[in-house]
Amino acid sequence: MSILIYAESENKKLKKAAFEVASYAASIAEKTQDEVVAVTINAENTDDLGQYGVSKVLNVQNESLEKFNVESYSEILTKAVEEVNANIVVLSQSTNAKYLAPLLAVNLKAGYASNVVELPETESGFQVKRNVFTNKAFGMAEITTDKKIIGLSSNAFGLHEKEAKAVTVDFNPEISDSSIEVQSVDKNTDKVSIADAEIVVSGGRGLKGPENWGMIEELAEVLGAATACSKPVSDMGWRPHSEHVGQTGKPVASNLYIAIGISGAIQHLAGINASKTKVVINTDEEAPFFKAADYGIVGDAFEVVPQLVEKLKEFKANNA
Amino acid sequence: MKILVCISHVPDTTSKINFTDNDTAFDTNGVQFVIGPNDEFGLTRAMWFKEKQGASVDVVTVGEKDAEPTIRKTLAIGSDKAIRVDAKPVDAFQVAQEIADVAKNGNYDLVIAGRESIDYNGGMVPGMVAKMIGANFINTCVSLEIEGQKATAIREIDGGKETLTCDLPLVIGGQKGLVEEKDLRIPNMRGIMMARKKPLEVKDPVAENPTVEFKKFSKPAPKGDVKLVDADNIDELIDLLHNEAKAI
Repeated sequence: MSILIYAESENKKLKKAAFEVASYAASIAEKTQDEVVAVTINAENTDDLGQYGVSKVLNVQNESLEKFNVESYSEILTKAVEEVNANIVVLSQSTNAKYLAPLLAVNLKAGYASNVVELPETESGFQVKRNVFTNKAFGMAEITTDKKIIGLSSNAFGLHEKEAKAVTVDFNPEISDSSIEVQSVDKNTDKVSIADAEIVVSGGRGLKGPENWGMIEELAEVLGAATACSKPVSDMGWRPHSEHVGQTGKPVASNLYIAIGISGAIQHLAGINASKTKVVINTDEEAPFFKAADYGIVGDAFEVVPQLVEKLKEFKANNA
Repeated sequence: MKILVCISHVPDTTSKINFTDNDTAFDTNGVQFVIGPNDEFGLTRAMWFKEKQGASVDVVTVGEKDAEPTIRKTLAIGSDKAIRVDAKPVDAFQVAQEIADVAKNGNYDLVIAGRESIDYNGGMVPGMVAKMIGANFINTCVSLEIEGQKATAIREIDGGKETLTCDLPLVIGGQKGLVEEKDLRIPNMRGIMMARKKPLEVKDPVAENPTVEFKKFSKPAPKGDVKLVDADNIDELIDLLHNEAKAI
């Protein structure tokens, strides 16, 4: 038996999420004595996966797969599962992984648990802990099928290096035609996305208007962070919908989340609750966000944020 | 064009989340149930197809009798027919099988679901339905146009957007963006009266056993108090973030 991971890449470079799912799978494999096999699609330097416990990489090189296609990608993973007789598949919870996982589950007749945050417990059945009710609670979910798919929440397990060596082999299964065609991709390549970000800087109504976002962007730039916003801000059109984080927007599971001028509605807090460290800057000391945050400053964002940017620049210069 | 909109019957976003029966079941006591927000954006888009392109719009939910007020609300908003599959939703695979059965028998061209339900956040049902009925699938869909047998959709990707085309039949996992928040509809009196005359079909379940089952729920440990830093002492914040939280 083996454990298969989908090691995602972007512009041929393996993503951090690939190493995180590898680390997670390797920890399961330690107990079960299974081999960890990774599938990569048009990636380079796939041997790097060895450092996180992968012993074999099925490397697909196919020009027609340059753009993500849910049908083709899920078909490749299905065939890889058959190829190496995998009983567990681990994927990240990136937008693309979440897109293909349900198709893979039907192909394999596998039980699929998404938003998983811990290693499985196998004492009574195969159970995984996952986020439910948008991070307001956890549920222990038992997967009862022979084949199992785990969607690992971003940053939930972290990276764990292992001394192993990965062997990369070519893998070129036949792929059926799909009528889904990508016409254009509009991607901001010089900014880190909310999903991939270690740090997210988020602004709310307290910023008074879209013209005041310069300092949010500046703070994000100093920290190498993604920018986000609260629901009212995107509803009013100050910022694009794609930046809206919260229960009906994007989930955030970053290492650091900095909320500026956001009062902390229950839906917002749920959406960002999986972040490790939360900082709030708000004039209103009664704002609910102070109950959810680790660190807080009661103060005017227009005074605090520019100072924070300056001080962080100094800090970065001294710690570079 | 025949459209099927999948409706999840979920606790309102402001609900307090508690569990009962020795933490094995969600406590519905005092909880207000609503149409899933992601589904509501899709339903509203379906109404647009009905009004501008003459589509018919049926809705389906998998749930027990207590879900009926929720699907009745969709009839008052303007859907033509509601179907309730009479089963307690346990896992995504089971719900997807029920919806796939309805979708297949009804020969729908377009199935609109929300990208995820806001209770268990599985995010699986739309994709599973698509695979089960052999339809195309577009997830995190924020824009959808249909012309003849061809769909043009925009989906959100990490850090941007992607425009796709594909043939019908199509299943989408929709979300905000399909329509704007201000376009969402509240049923008016006329709609509520008309809804009483519209069909609400109750269908027997067909699904096999679930593949994933919740055994126990828990809530996150209570958080410690926030550490307040003086607005004039930004250095302290940076020090805490660096040395204590190890976040920068």
